[in-house]
Amino acid sequence: MTPDSATERLYNGIVKENPVFIQLLGICPTLAVTTSAINGIGMGLSSTVVLTLSNIIISLLRKVIPDRVRMPAFIVVVASFVTLVDFLMHGFMNSLYQQLGIYIPLIVVNCIILGRAESYASKHGIVSSMFDGLGMGLGFTLSLLFIGGVREILGSGAFLGFQILPLAADGKIGYTPISIFVLAPGAFFILALLVVIMNVVRANAEKKGKPLPPAQNSCLADNGAIQESNDPKVKQAVENIKAKSAAREGGK
Amino acid sequence: MSNLLNVTSAPHVRAKDDTQRIMLYVILSLVPAAVFGIFNFGISAAVMIALSIGSCVASEYIFERIVKKKSTIKDLSAVVTGLLLALNLPGGMKLSYWWMPVLGGAFAIVIVKMLYGGLGQNFMNPALGARCFLMLSFAGVMTDFSNYKGYADTFGGATPLATIKNGGLESVDLTRLFLGNIPGTIGETSALCLLIGAAFLIVMKVIDIRIPLTYILTFSVFALIFGGHGFDLTYLAAELCAGGIILGAFFMATDYVTCPITPVGKIVFGVCLGLLTGIFRIFGGSAEGVSYAIIFCNMLVPLIERFTIPNAFGIVKEKKEGKS
Repeated sequence: MTPDSATERLYNGIVKENPVFIQLLGICPTLAVTTSAINGIGMGLSSTVVLTLSNIIISLLRKVIPDRVRMPAFIVVVASFVTLVDFLMHGFMNSLYQQLGIYIPLIVVNCIILGRAESYASKHGIVSSMFDGLGMGLGFTLSLLFIGGVREILGSGAFLGFQILPLAADGKIGYTPISIFVLAPGAFFILALLVVIMNVVRANAEKKGKPLPPAQNSCLADNGAIQESNDPKVKQAVENIKAKSAAREGGK
Repeated sequence: MSNLLNVTSAPHVRAKDDTQRIMLYVILSLVPAAVFGIFNFGISAAVMIALSIGSCVASEYIFERIVKKKSTIKDLSAVVTGLLLALNLPGGMKLSYWWMPVLGGAFAIVIVKMLYGGLGQNFMNPALGARCFLMLSFAGVMTDFSNYKGYADTFGGATPLATIKNGGLESVDLTRLFLGNIPGTIGETSALCLLIGAAFLIVMKVIDIRIPLTYILTFSVFALIFGGHGFDLTYLAAELCAGGIILGAFFMATDYVTCPITPVGKIVFGVCLGLLTGIFRIFGGSAEGVSYAIIFCNMLVPLIERFTIPNAFGIVKEKKEGKS
């Protein structure tokens, strides 16, 4: 796959650098709203919309935004789209809006969105930035759907609102919901277990000689954001750190 | 080669105590309470105890097989976890809930203990972690004490602790509370049997008296001040004998892994436990608060230990500079 092509960006967002399972970003909404699969989808898709649109706009404006005030500028762009999504959901999907509550406005400070703006959209063209946002957003949505689905099945025996396991009520033999999984502690258990499973899969893939390619343009990649900054002061600071660590290495 | 020439590194003087022996003492000390539980609640209590222990030992064995580690089931710590978990289940649970101790035992061993690295690494008492897991998941079953068949007449299904909380102190019979002919969890009802076990542990120097003593003293002071009954020793005795405070203070708060190792830290730990239990019982919505207090304080342990490290022998603390 060629770097920065549409398919590469989508694959990168959904599999290689999955924001939840690989980068462990956006954990606050992940833990809070995944009490059911439908909530996970709602949160994921609204974040996807914001992420894609803000990536496009930030990529368009990337040569205009001064380096020093880039963070406030990104926030303004993201916040505008979050306000739009907030009003649209309030108007057309009120029940879901009530379920997600404060977590819709909080998309503004979702670190996945700012992370992509900072590490990708502000440095790349419009089309690849759009697919980057779409890929990351879909990766987020699928992860939330997955976590929400597991929690909903274990915690209430249902999936997407349909009762798939017969409940043990009135002395009948059936499934007794383990309701801790729809409470807060269950979110931590399920997220941790799923990350463990993902890591085992990755480790096995690497053992078989098929290591996943190294990450590029990610928040994980070695402080790329700081080193590539154009601000002379930041450059100077990075140089100083490098010189100091080099001196320390030499001293050993 | 003679023993004199057998050069080893320190320590040269060893006690016979190892994990297995200490765990055996703990099991022995819990036997009176467990036997009384079976006597009090019938065959279902025996089944629950057996299932819980079996589940803990089996999950430890299976987990260690899966991750290819040396099996540690011989150190008996899983048996203690299973026994404590069973003693924390409501007495008279229907046999159709047989899977509950099994699930709880697996949770205690796999999630609370083994995932953190096994015995000695867990930050929370596994049995209590599992009890709270079951409590949050199946609140209805875990707080249903109405199947008490024994000498039931006075309490009408509620535990004495709930009766006291609802203002029925007069109807509580202290002798029965002390002997244990009351509804409650399998192991908590008989203060007498628990105290026999606790005395055995203290005499064998398995547990340190500091934690249970400060715990119970702090709780007593708190209950006398805020309990709303004034200086009423009947109320205090009822609060201490009913509910799980004796079981918790002597057998679960003193778990080596999850309590502070410093002497001062143990006292701080006991005081925290007493305060929290008092707050949960008197101001909380539920009548009981021992298990939540203990697992909460388990999480404070690293902090308590950091601030209570004793001075090493021979080291003089440097005086603070400044005013002189």
